[in-house]
Amino acid sequence: MTVPLLDATGLVKTYALPRTAFQPARRLTAVAHVDLSLARGATLGLVGESGCGKSTLARLLLRLTPPSAGRIVFDDQDITNLAEASLRPLRRRLQLVHQNPSAALDPRLTAAAAVAEPLVVQRLARGTELSDRVAQLFAEVGLGPEFLRRYPHELSGGQKQRVCIARALAPEPQLLVLDEPTSALDVSVQAQILDMLAELRARRGLTYLFISHNLAVVRQVCAEVAVMYLGRIVEQGSAEQVLGAPRHPYTQALLASVPRLTAGAVPPATPSEPPNPAALPSGCTFHPRCRRAELSCHTGNPPPLVEGLACPPVALSICQTRA
Amino acid sequence: MSLLEIRDYRLAFDTFDGTLHVLDGIDLSLEAGETLGIVGETGCGKSVLARSLLRLNEAPPARVVSGAILFEGQDVLSLPEKAMRRLRGRRIAMVFQDPASYLNPLLAIGTQMEDAIRGQEAALGQARRPHRAIRSQAAELLASVGLAEPQRLLASHPHQLSGGMRQRVLIAMALAGSPTLLVADEPTTALDVTVQAQVLALIAGLVAERGLALMLISHDLGVVAASCARVAVMYAGTVVEEASTAQLLANPRHPYAQGLIAAVPDLDNPAHKPRGIPGSIPNLMTPPTGCRFHPRCALASEICCSIKPALREIAPAHGVACHHATP
Repeated sequence: MTVPLLDATGLVKTYALPRTAFQPARRLTAVAHVDLSLARGATLGLVGESGCGKSTLARLLLRLTPPSAGRIVFDDQDITNLAEASLRPLRRRLQLVHQNPSAALDPRLTAAAAVAEPLVVQRLARGTELSDRVAQLFAEVGLGPEFLRRYPHELSGGQKQRVCIARALAPEPQLLVLDEPTSALDVSVQAQILDMLAELRARRGLTYLFISHNLAVVRQVCAEVAVMYLGRIVEQGSAEQVLGAPRHPYTQALLASVPRLTAGAVPPATPSEPPNPAALPSGCTFHPRCRRAELSCHTGNPPPLVEGLACPPVALSICQTRA
Repeated sequence: MSLLEIRDYRLAFDTFDGTLHVLDGIDLSLEAGETLGIVGETGCGKSVLARSLLRLNEAPPARVVSGAILFEGQDVLSLPEKAMRRLRGRRIAMVFQDPASYLNPLLAIGTQMEDAIRGQEAALGQARRPHRAIRSQAAELLASVGLAEPQRLLASHPHQLSGGMRQRVLIAMALAGSPTLLVADEPTTALDVTVQAQVLALIAGLVAERGLALMLISHDLGVVAASCARVAVMYAGTVVEEASTAQLLANPRHPYAQGLIAAVPDLDNPAHKPRGIPGSIPNLMTPPTGCRFHPRCALASEICCSIKPALREIAPAHGVACHHATP
């Protein structure tokens, strides 16, 4: 078996919530015991609703936030406790594209300067080589040379996101973490960006971790999908299996909630809303909203992910139908 | 007489840099109890249009260039402010995109509900009812939008509520004046899909129960498909196509509407590759002449660059503003 590019085991991130006049000090578990492995060239989609911990997980994997527990191995190197200085050469190989391209670009830097910055910081190019590389990156993301000298306010949302992607590609990373890269964009532009991402991946042999709440987009881009709910992965597998034939009741609810392009089809509603992450329900954290919840789901520890599914009642019933 | 009739409505924004031609000849109508969706991308003018119905666009910079917005036969654009206040909330109510920013964080939900109800009372010149009656009406309204324990909710503050609950509270407030038309501007955009499904179901229920007319503005075709019988597609300040939802989705005729539908990724059919629309939205300071979509259109010919196409009926109740559309 080949070594995965990125391998995380038992990742935990908790935050301390300060004591206030109304509430005692509490701990919020944003990411709870997540195991995640990315093979070279993989495209893994991380889906879930807001506050489920998908962005925190991405930040942990990139070592932008120190984990509370767990281990992260990147390309056979344990990076869990690497110091900032030793991390720097690694940053080249792990890049992030943010959700909101307007906030991710410095309004005082031209598009060319923004894309050049990582090359300068990492001392990868200078002089004419630098400007050549920048021009080449612009061409690669479908921006003509006329965009080089533009400032962010002179660019549309889609063009800004292209600049951000060019900047992320500049140091020639192996892994690109895309955090909701198209959710700030209109659909007609989204389709263009998704096309470009697919092309870049094929050309450069990139590995993608694609975070999104938009299941249809994930289905387009990703071969594998992990579904998160309140800090845990509840279902994981091939996109075809997870999004085509979901097993976990939460994944099923999520998929059913997406409005389809069919006139008059109001999506079925799942009861209530995700609970406060600082006061999680006991047992399976989804049980208060689950239509399949059994008595055993209400107590004990949240069920672990077994064969890509964290739902013992469903797993059992699948076993029984097989037998 | 239609409940709402918008005729050749043109709106401009005067800014220091020049005039933005935001809405360019909008013609739309809505019957009582009908549901109309307005879809379009960022900057197409859909929210400005919705806000126009209640005259909420600040003027200046907004300036009505021409047209009329007739609601129950009265022109909203020329009503005096006092009459306008009787319309807002009581006849036409509005729900906005971001529920958090439309609630006062410092006041209890009950206080804000009471304000909404008292405001209706005052606009109608009714006698002040006792506090208890107002309070119980507020609780009833909260219950009618599916919120459990309304009494406890009245005493809570917005930060104690989830996004979905806040939107329900705002819908309850919108219902305080028993409006005939509900205008919902991206009511579920700030919500997660599972909560979005709940709010869409709530709106559909209210429309059916109360016979409300609904104008729902959204960038999401799926949301509009779920809630509206009819759809108008907007592009750069113009309505380019208007049809029944089923008709539009099955047989879009305007190149922009076709492009918009083809750009949506299909969750159930990953083999369908979404296609983008080349180019980007025009600058409304100097909008393209003729058809505003012509610089991005594959069908564009000479006439498209010079003459603005009118919204023509090419099939019963199916209007398209394209020179190249044939019945």
